[in-house]
Amino acid sequence: MNKKQKRMLYRILAAFALFFALELGEKAGAAEWIGEFPWGFLMFLVPYLLVGWDIVYKAVRNISHGQVFDENFLMTLATIGAFGVGEYAEAVAVMLFYQVGELFQSYAVNRSRQSISDLMDICPEYVNIEEDGELKQVDPDEVSVGSLIVIKAGERIPLDGVVVSGESMVDTSALTGESVPRRVAPGSEVISGCVNGGGLLQVRTIKEFEDSTVAKILELVENASSKKAKVENFITRFARYYTPVVVIGAVLLAVLPPLLVGGGWGEWIQRACTFLVISCPCALVISVPLSFFGGVGAASRIGVLVKGSNYLEALSELDTIVFDKTGTLTKGEFKVSAKFPAEGIREEALLRYAAYAESYSNHPIAASIREAYTGYLEHAGQAALLDTSRVSDAKEISGEGVWVQLDGRTVYAGNEMLMKRLGIVAPPCDRIGTVVYVAGECEAEDTNTRKEEHADKEKTKKQQGQAVFFGTLVISDTIKEEAPEAIQRLKEAGVRRTVMLTGDRRAVGEAVAKELGLDEVHAELLPADKVSKVETLLGQEAGKQKLAFVGDGINDAPVLTRADIGIAMGSMGSDAAIEAADVVLMDDDTEKIARVIRIARKTMAIVRQNIVFALGVKFLVLILGALGYANMWAAVFADVGVSVIAILNAMRTLRSH
Amino acid sequence: MKKKFKLVDLDCANCAAKMEDAIKKIDGVSDASVSFMSQKMTIEAEDSRFDAIMQEVVKVCKKVEPDCVIQL
Repeated sequence: MNKKQKRMLYRILAAFALFFALELGEKAGAAEWIGEFPWGFLMFLVPYLLVGWDIVYKAVRNISHGQVFDENFLMTLATIGAFGVGEYAEAVAVMLFYQVGELFQSYAVNRSRQSISDLMDICPEYVNIEEDGELKQVDPDEVSVGSLIVIKAGERIPLDGVVVSGESMVDTSALTGESVPRRVAPGSEVISGCVNGGGLLQVRTIKEFEDSTVAKILELVENASSKKAKVENFITRFARYYTPVVVIGAVLLAVLPPLLVGGGWGEWIQRACTFLVISCPCALVISVPLSFFGGVGAASRIGVLVKGSNYLEALSELDTIVFDKTGTLTKGEFKVSAKFPAEGIREEALLRYAAYAESYSNHPIAASIREAYTGYLEHAGQAALLDTSRVSDAKEISGEGVWVQLDGRTVYAGNEMLMKRLGIVAPPCDRIGTVVYVAGECEAEDTNTRKEEHADKEKTKKQQGQAVFFGTLVISDTIKEEAPEAIQRLKEAGVRRTVMLTGDRRAVGEAVAKELGLDEVHAELLPADKVSKVETLLGQEAGKQKLAFVGDGINDAPVLTRADIGIAMGSMGSDAAIEAADVVLMDDDTEKIARVIRIARKTMAIVRQNIVFALGVKFLVLILGALGYANMWAAVFADVGVSVIAILNAMRTLRSH
Repeated sequence: MKKKFKLVDLDCANCAAKMEDAIKKIDGVSDASVSFMSQKMTIEAEDSRFDAIMQEVVKVCKKVEPDCVIQL
């Protein structure tokens, strides 16, 4: 509790003690005058003013500012009304109850605001800079690009940079939601907002503070509340009409019945006061934005930035999701995806020949073959090295392949045409991707004496001097490990249609789509075609259904903007994509989309519950009040009580997983 | 020009909405948002008259919620 809240608490306690004493006195019949004018009135006025003077003061002040119909005015009017009809105790009690509710409400709102901003607490306060052998703390804003900064164990990384010296484990959970720390060593890039684990790091900065990751994220999150959901706008509009309507209702209730049907003015004025107490739309005005704020907070905790509550609302109505292939569902890097050694040739031998044949090429496909071989060696516990001195005389025929001399023998790697030239009939390969055939000369006097190796040679000895076929390698883009699961989860979450767009060949696109279980695939698209394709898909959406586009941001910023919800990859995507996107996946994990949808649904459900509950109780008490069944206690409950319950309910969004 | 201000003692969500409405009506303000949650106010207004506009903003806010202070 802050100072203001504590002072309020003391006022409430003091007023309650006085009020209790007076009530006790009245019940015990200690004095005749309690409960009667003028002494009773004056006695009850003391606790009333003690607890509620600020309400009365604000009411008067606000009226002079032209602000009629705010809660202060309504409460003042209602309680003065109660005094007027001689219900002194009730007037004090209602004011007390109201202030207790207000206090609780302010406490709950502060707490929730606190816990949400704790989630966002990624802003570094200082930077350690080494100057003349001494560490100095400076403001992150003052550090220029290329400065050498020191990050001690347990400190937050203040600026994006590259590690110069030191090794450590870095906790990226504040940014990505990933709980396993990442290992960093000299040469690795570190991003601001992460927490340094055990080691001391020296880092050369590569960005200024205002361009650094942490500054960008903070800006996104802070701006999130300015993009309001439709429900929020509805509530704001509703609040504007609700209060005046209820107040007019109260006036009519006080004046009309006594004039038309007769009866006591006091009775009807009392009922009108009940109306006034209920006329504040606070429960809705506070709890709805709070729910969205909590939802955005919960999403950022799993490493997903949602740039506005309107996108959270849209996510809950997601019907079609469109993926870009490369970089989103696939890694965008080439890998040996299949190995078919010829008969009698071991896998290792096939990879080895291929790797040496490609050892001088810097084509991505050659690199992927070398990587496959070194990976194989590493896996077998051997030194992952290619001894390029064994290779000489590398030649390349453009469009066919390469050949080299490996320990004096010729080794060939290339396509079907190269094989044809060698007189080898290569077995057809129906795998999707780039097919590389490997062949070569075999010599009897192979220096390698290992047994298995020998067996290979035995088999091929008879064809000495002539090129023999070693086998086939298929190189293709690999599907991300989490992609099939991500698609499955999305379907479970109720996404009706999953679509993939790709600039790749149809065969490749269809193979990937089949493996992932996607509903539709559109291949061979130019970047501009993607926009028109998404527009066509948008046109097929009915009513409230929403379409999301997921891309890594390379060439697809226009599509991200065009879709109802643009989802971008945060860590490998470009800055332009993050700017254009509505939702950013900080760690590029597509599986998180389904989780965010769940958070969005839960948030919307809570928002709806709060609206129905708050309005339901208010209308019920309004009707009961008009009929004379609800007293002022019920009215105060319908006002602050409902607010508090709605706030507590809204807080549940924070705990979404 | 777009600028952000911290608000101290902004106690009611309804007032924040009222303040936002009132600020948007000030001449020269192209956009404004008052966030009850982050206790912050963002104002986008003409560069040349920004200071004068801010004085107006302070006045308008005082009218709606006299307890709330804008940290300039």
